[in-house]
Amino acid sequence: MATAVMTTLDQRTRAASRGMSDISIRNLFIIPTILFLIVFNIFPLLYSLYYSFTDFRASTNAPANFVGLQNYRELLNDPFIWSNFAITAQYVIVSVTGQVLVGFGVAMLLNRDIPFKGLITTLLLLPMMLSMAVVGLFWKLLYDPSWGVINYALGLGNFEWLANPKMALYAVAITDIWMWSPFVMLLSLAGLSAVPKHLYEAAAIDRAGSFYTFFRITLPLVAPILMIAIIFRTMEAFKTFDLAYILTSQPTTEVISIRLYKMAFQEWQTGRSCALAYIVLIMVIAITNIYVKYLNKVKER
Amino acid sequence: MTQIELRGIQKFFGAVQVIKDLNLKIEDNEFIVLLGQSGCGKTTTLRAIAGLETIDEGDILIDGQAVQHLKCSDRDIAMVFQSFSLYPHMTVYENIAFPLRATRMSRSEVDKAVRGIAGVLRITDLLNRRPSALSGGDMQRVAIGRALVRRPKAMLMDEPIGALDAKLREEMRAEIKRLHLEQGSTTIYVTHDQVEAMSLADRIVIMHEGILQQVGSPSEVYSYPANLFVAQFVGSPVMNIAKAQVSEEAGSARVTVDGAEKGFAFPNELLGKIDRLKGANGSLALGIRPEGVMVEHQAREGFLPVEAQIIEPLGSYDIVDLKLGSQMLRARTRSGFVASAGDKVFARIDPTQAHFFDTKSGNSLGVRL
Ligand SMILES: Nc1ncnc2c1ncn2[C@@H]1O[C@H](COP(=O)(O)OP(=O)(O)OP(=O)(O)O)[C@@H](O)[C@H]1O
Ligand SMILES: [Mg+2]
Repeated sequence: MATAVMTTLDQRTRAASRGMSDISIRNLFIIPTILFLIVFNIFPLLYSLYYSFTDFRASTNAPANFVGLQNYRELLNDPFIWSNFAITAQYVIVSVTGQVLVGFGVAMLLNRDIPFKGLITTLLLLPMMLSMAVVGLFWKLLYDPSWGVINYALGLGNFEWLANPKMALYAVAITDIWMWSPFVMLLSLAGLSAVPKHLYEAAAIDRAGSFYTFFRITLPLVAPILMIAIIFRTMEAFKTFDLAYILTSQPTTEVISIRLYKMAFQEWQTGRSCALAYIVLIMVIAITNIYVKYLNKVKER
Repeated sequence: MTQIELRGIQKFFGAVQVIKDLNLKIEDNEFIVLLGQSGCGKTTTLRAIAGLETIDEGDILIDGQAVQHLKCSDRDIAMVFQSFSLYPHMTVYENIAFPLRATRMSRSEVDKAVRGIAGVLRITDLLNRRPSALSGGDMQRVAIGRALVRRPKAMLMDEPIGALDAKLREEMRAEIKRLHLEQGSTTIYVTHDQVEAMSLADRIVIMHEGILQQVGSPSEVYSYPANLFVAQFVGSPVMNIAKAQVSEEAGSARVTVDGAEKGFAFPNELLGKIDRLKGANGSLALGIRPEGVMVEHQAREGFLPVEAQIIEPLGSYDIVDLKLGSQMLRARTRSGFVASAGDKVFARIDPTQAHFFDTKSGNSLGVRL
């Protein structure tokens, strides 16, 4: 019994003087949390699981008919859904790779004695702290072909970033890289500064060059924490919605979340969209699991 | 075939001078031990030779070539760190192979070299383990293996066995000696343990506050300490040091320790060798190791009456604190020779083991009887 291990309340505390027992305090703190979780997370989760097996439409009053696995079968056979997944995969790869390269690179630059290191780090973290919607609107202005700062600075004339179907997805990814590289940088910096300095000295004595030292000492020792950053960013990028939705409405940028949103709230295919949501959830869990397996292997020392 | 020479090395950390005008020549294949108290600059000296630390002045020569501006990797010197610094994510095999792979040696050569050195160090069965699964002694062997495997020009070792327990330390000491004899490479070994220094060194270099005090073979350093610091630092239990006067009495030399009524008899030659003024000025000190104090139960010619104060039985011998006037004299006797504290016994000093120092400069007067 959980109550058996609980220590009794100190008689002098205020709570005790009000006549509250350990159990009543536990209930006071934990029950609202559990209720909240049930109402807003667990119930919708189960409820949508039920809907995913029906042809329910939230826009009509028609009763939901149980259709079995039909929604799943149709979704998985739909080439358009697969193209949405392909777009998402492309986006995840570009954006996460970019974030890791930029974030880790900046962390390497910052991982030495430089003046104003703390201030620089804090300033570099700013993009991460902004709201997605603000970043989206802000970059829409920056990307503007006629008077946007980016074309002006790069001397690209009237280059179309968001209206160009080939470029739009990359433009969204670049914004995401700008916003989330600081996150990777922060974790990498923690990993880099945890590598003991004497290992670098030992490597120097062992006549290892800088590339060899980086790939054989630095990278393996930072790998576990870098892996955690990659897991977080992959999960987030897979579910991305706000940036892509705000920046552009190209069919080439229709990542899976946008498709899901349209299916649920524009086409009102509630049952089918619940099924799609479950497919996405299973995919995210699967990908994360692969990473976690690898992470455990890396940490095994 | 490596000689190392240090010429006028000066090293500052900010305003603090850590190495002061260090000059030292190390011969090929020599085993040099740098001995000194904690914080005297031993590690700094070693790191300067290895190239991990820059020097502010002076030259470091390896085989006659100035290397102070070269990177570590161009000096071809291996080092065993105080904390071992094994690579935690690599197996023992990979750790030892690291210096070879870093210089792109072929796979088969690496394998041969690693297995060879592992055999010498008797760690063949540990090759697949990670450092976290090794004992202190094993880690030390691996660290030495990693240093030796590429047959460096010189080996530097920074208190490699300081972290081990007493028994293992003794074992590893013998091991290191054996390895040096087998493999033969110029070695500089840092320690603050004088027993380690005595047992390993071809020559001992004693440092104090960044200044080189004396260089010499273990027996030289022990028998003829160059100054008061060396005299008190080397040898255990420490040498007795007391201010003393030299006088002539009834045609023979006497050395009277401050606070004692009578002096010890010394051969007459002492008078010719020592400037008696020194004693008169109060700047003469007598040094005698405990084994140079002879103790008898009966009064004899030249022996002074003393009282035993403390007896430390150390097994094979005893250390007895003898009260001579207001001074304490530590003597080494057969175990049980002085039965109990408070006993009256008689002591004299073996003149051939006596040392005389100028207390002003701290230097030995170089008197040998
Ligand atoms: N990086 C540094 N910055 C400033 N002072 C330092 C630095 N490294 C060493 N020192 C100082 O230089 C002096 C000598 O240090 P060193 O490490 O050479 O001593 P050591 O003889 O090796 O001592 P130990 O036996 O404790 O290892 C010490 O007073 C130390 O505080
Ligand atoms: Mg040291």
